[in-house]
Amino acid sequence: MTTSTPRAWWKTGVGLVLTGLMLFPVYWMINVSFTRDQDMRASPPHLFPTNGTLDGYRAVLDQQLPYLGTSFLVGLGTVVLTVALAAPAGYALAKLRPPGGPALSFLLLIAQMIPGIIMAMGFYAIYLTLGVLNTLPGLILADTTLAVPFAVLIFTAFMSGIPDELLQAAVVDGAGRLRTFWSVVLPVSRNSIVTVSLFAFLWSWSDFIFASTLAGGGDYQPITLGIYHYIGNNNQQWNAIMATAVVASIPAAVLLVLAQRYVSMGVTAGAVKD
Amino acid sequence: MPSTTETSTAVRDQGGAASAAPPGPPPSRARRPSRWWAWGFLAPVTIYLAAFYAYPLYRNVELSLREYTVRSFVQGGAPFAGLDNYRTVLTDPAFGPTLTHTVVFTAASLVFQFTIGMALALFFHQHFPLSRTLRALILVPWLLPLIVSASTWSWLLNSDSGLVNAALGVVGIDPVNWLTSPGWSLTSVIIANVWIGIPFNLVVLYSGLQAIPTEMYEASALDGATGWQRFWGITFPLLRPVSLITLLLGLIYTLKVFDIIWIMTKGGPTGSSATLATWSYRLGFGNLLPEFGPGAAIGNLLIVLALIAGLVYIRIERRQQLR
Repeated sequence: MTTSTPRAWWKTGVGLVLTGLMLFPVYWMINVSFTRDQDMRASPPHLFPTNGTLDGYRAVLDQQLPYLGTSFLVGLGTVVLTVALAAPAGYALAKLRPPGGPALSFLLLIAQMIPGIIMAMGFYAIYLTLGVLNTLPGLILADTTLAVPFAVLIFTAFMSGIPDELLQAAVVDGAGRLRTFWSVVLPVSRNSIVTVSLFAFLWSWSDFIFASTLAGGGDYQPITLGIYHYIGNNNQQWNAIMATAVVASIPAAVLLVLAQRYVSMGVTAGAVKD
Repeated sequence: MPSTTETSTAVRDQGGAASAAPPGPPPSRARRPSRWWAWGFLAPVTIYLAAFYAYPLYRNVELSLREYTVRSFVQGGAPFAGLDNYRTVLTDPAFGPTLTHTVVFTAASLVFQFTIGMALALFFHQHFPLSRTLRALILVPWLLPLIVSASTWSWLLNSDSGLVNAALGVVGIDPVNWLTSPGWSLTSVIIANVWIGIPFNLVVLYSGLQAIPTEMYEASALDGATGWQRFWGITFPLLRPVSLITLLLGLIYTLKVFDIIWIMTKGGPTGSSATLATWSYRLGFGNLLPEFGPGAAIGNLLIVLALIAGLVYIRIERRQQLR
């Protein structure tokens, strides 16, 4: 369909402008992250970081590394737990058709719709009793609730596409159900595992509500709280805030560059069944 | 998925019958002997749902029905208060305005996200050089952590040094106190939320557009239809199912929105941008003396709204699958 007529290039021009407008706030974040403190309140604001400074990023290195580390660990934990819980469930719902399976899928759909603030309050009450507030496992468990229902639905959708002959062949070869799952289903489901992992990591990395309610007072605080504390400070250093924001956006950027295909799959899989 | 539609409805019928009885030996064991062990694969996620969804929800309902103080929250033994917390919340002078803000925030977000998303989807559907790359780039706002987007918009809308006021100044408009005046704070958080939601609408509507057969357009082009006629005659009716689902998903997501508002305005000034979600958070976590009971009560009202939207969504989606 792509034709390189002048008219098509004219559309590319319009597309560039529209994309530029949409992404302008992102550019502004990067621009401010390089702006010197004394230029911050300049009028009119500097559109380019001429006389740029790396002070903001120095502040990130000095103050935000523990937060970033926590976020990374929590993200990894969320990914592992989410895949471990959701992949077998997706396999069962897609291929084994257990009685009551559709009822479970229905519950998972409903679970996705529960507002985070409600989950957070319930978790807070439970964690307080159990004494697991401000712990890594506590935050990881709470963050998985952002991803598990979505992950099961994705796995179910993708694994329905695995040919039944492939699974029957494994059974004929004498593989048990567990063996079939482990050595046939999982390897051919690589794409869905990647999709689920990317989203699980990104959502736990971006989580603010569980972090602020369940980990706000402890030693293990993720990067979202790092930024939040910066904003709360009275002498707001906007270059440091925006530099942290830029660093916190890296996972999203990496995801988009390396795995754009999977991103669109994930976005549409939940909404549109073709 | 024409071939799977039949099987999935067949499965659904089984499930409807099976879900009435608790899991146990099936009555039709002789006919389907090998299905129940599949629950071995489902057991982890089922236990998980019970422990990390059902139980927090139950705790939340319990919180809303008891008279908690900080002391009884930690040590237990809060007296049963019936619907007192709900009464407190519903008769609070802040309830009316907060509900209105929630409705305005949700409706305005949906209208603008959907309209702009649709316009962009139609534009990118024309396939020009670089259209794929640009479409991917527009996803960025949706993928960024909400705290990043919210703090960026906070600075853009800053009264004294924000770029938006500087740009308005060039055109000769006086600076607006976007985040600090009660008249503008709700508009400001809506602007940020629309920006975040456009990519999702674009992607879903775009995939809906791709499902429309090109022959339909070719036929109407032969009939001499204009672009505008094509949109209202073909695209819009055929895109109705996808549009409906996009809007409903948008509704469910927007009712949940908390981060953006809390980070940009904390629901203020003087509650002028507070929604049910931020009010609930403020009561539970935002003050020195937490009021978990009323906070949980608001949360439960919110969940009822979200679930109504959710059930409508599921109904519509099922009906479309059956067709």
